[in-house]
Amino acid sequence: MATPRHRRVGDSPLVRRSLIGLAVVFTVLLLFMPLALIFVEALSEGWAVYVGNILDEYTLHAIGLTLFVALLTVPLNMVFGVFLAWLVTRFRFPGRKVLITLIDIPFAVSPVVAGLLYLLLYGGNGWVGQWLGQYDIQLMFSWPGIVMVTVFVTCPFVARELIPLMQQQGSEEEEAGVVLGASGWQLFRRITLPNIRWALLYGVILTNARAVGEFGAVSVVSGNIRGETNTLPLHVELLYQDYNAVGAFAASSLLAGIALITLAVKAIVEWRQSRL
Amino acid sequence: MATTDLSARPARRLGAPVSKRVLPGFGLSLGISLFFVSLVLLLPISGLVIRAGGMGWEQFWFVISDPRVVASYKVTALAALAASLFNCVFGLLMAWVLVRYDFPGKRLLDAIMDLPFALPTAVAGITLATLFAENGWYGQWLAKIGIEVAYTPLGIVVAMAFTSVPFVVRTVQPVLEELAPEDEEAAVSLGASDWTVFRRILFPVLWPAVVTGGALSFARSLGEYGAVIFIAGNSPYVSEVISLMIFVRLEEYDFPAASAIAAVVMGVSLLLLLFINVWQGRYLKRLHGG
Repeated sequence: MATPRHRRVGDSPLVRRSLIGLAVVFTVLLLFMPLALIFVEALSEGWAVYVGNILDEYTLHAIGLTLFVALLTVPLNMVFGVFLAWLVTRFRFPGRKVLITLIDIPFAVSPVVAGLLYLLLYGGNGWVGQWLGQYDIQLMFSWPGIVMVTVFVTCPFVARELIPLMQQQGSEEEEAGVVLGASGWQLFRRITLPNIRWALLYGVILTNARAVGEFGAVSVVSGNIRGETNTLPLHVELLYQDYNAVGAFAASSLLAGIALITLAVKAIVEWRQSRL
Repeated sequence: MATTDLSARPARRLGAPVSKRVLPGFGLSLGISLFFVSLVLLLPISGLVIRAGGMGWEQFWFVISDPRVVASYKVTALAALAASLFNCVFGLLMAWVLVRYDFPGKRLLDAIMDLPFALPTAVAGITLATLFAENGWYGQWLAKIGIEVAYTPLGIVVAMAFTSVPFVVRTVQPVLEELAPEDEEAAVSLGASDWTVFRRILFPVLWPAVVTGGALSFARSLGEYGAVIFIAGNSPYVSEVISLMIFVRLEEYDFPAASAIAAVVMGVSLLLLLFINVWQGRYLKRLHGG
């Protein structure tokens, strides 16, 4: 990083200082203060109340359900994301671009619409739902429905992180591996995985953050039964509407903690990649 | 681009697709990807299209042109537009500051930009509602100058702006980083003012990225639900967003109406997605000397 010899736009100290100042003030107001508020409100009645709120029976159940949903969703989307990224970055075939656009759909579709899509198909009146109903299988308004919409909402993240990286890395190393007689699995484990592990880690963490935090889609298919189908974000809503703001922020503080871990992992991954 | 084409030509004559498939796993990854995309994405979407399509045009139109629903289109679109415009300006400022300057705390500032993507929307919603409530950290000051944010359409703008902060920052940042300094330095050394150089030389390169980021932010804001409902007040005709309207119809067990409105919303989102993809493809080509 040599210092630029030529003057560039915005180099004068006045412009520089005022732009940095403006950026810092806005970021503090828009992002840091809300983050601080979550913890301030959660702890506003002291540690004992905070711990009590977290250890509340329904909150614990919501935490358990949320982790369970993430535990099913994240590995599924990780496997899908890796296969899809491998497919679209290592092979040319007709429809490749369409496929890349298709996986962006969950980003573009409103979460409420996402929930509705599943409710229409698998709910009591839906085609699949009616058929499953004959065998007394109910997917909507119970945990399988929550898992299904969470898979929908979070399926692009791993692929989105991997595709640009794998495209940029190219396939020379893997082709060399094939020539040397490596099997598919060896190729992946010895060459591809080490190359993509940081991006994969961030993709997984991001998938997890969204899986844990999904609200709109889950709230359509959950039925909000306290102690049964209430995930942590839904529990936050319930507490907030019960005028238990401190409890709502205590539950929120856990989700904010996961968000902070996500940001930290991203910063580490970017730092790692910039050193390569 | 021209050079890569030349070098690729001999390979292509031998059949590029075949030579590409030296690598294993085409069948397996194609199978898994298609199965997943069909089951998770296409099947539910076609379900909605068939449901909405089976309603008949008149009933469909009746449902989607209901005055309360039309009011919610307007509120959602206007608020999303305002939030995206704010994010275009804020995002350009943040991208500029993060790329061009070095200062203590820059890494932290860069990292926190992604907070709105990582923070669950419901948490963002109750946090913003508390901040801007009458006795909240911001609300009490704004109340003194007569501005009400919480439980008004302005609250919707705030929630949408918050949840889509990262889009413009993250699309403009890489473009600024890759910008070659020659033109800019030449113009500055020839005595052009900073503002002129920015307007004439930098902005023409940056604006397609700003538009992409703005469009992404707009698309996201149109569908935003979790962050909005806590701060919006949700009064009919005034501060109901379109996602909430779908929810309201669902709670009335009016599935056809919910499906029809959802079909409209999804149609608009898919068109936006298509626009963004085409737009991005074009300007990336132009940027790399297509």
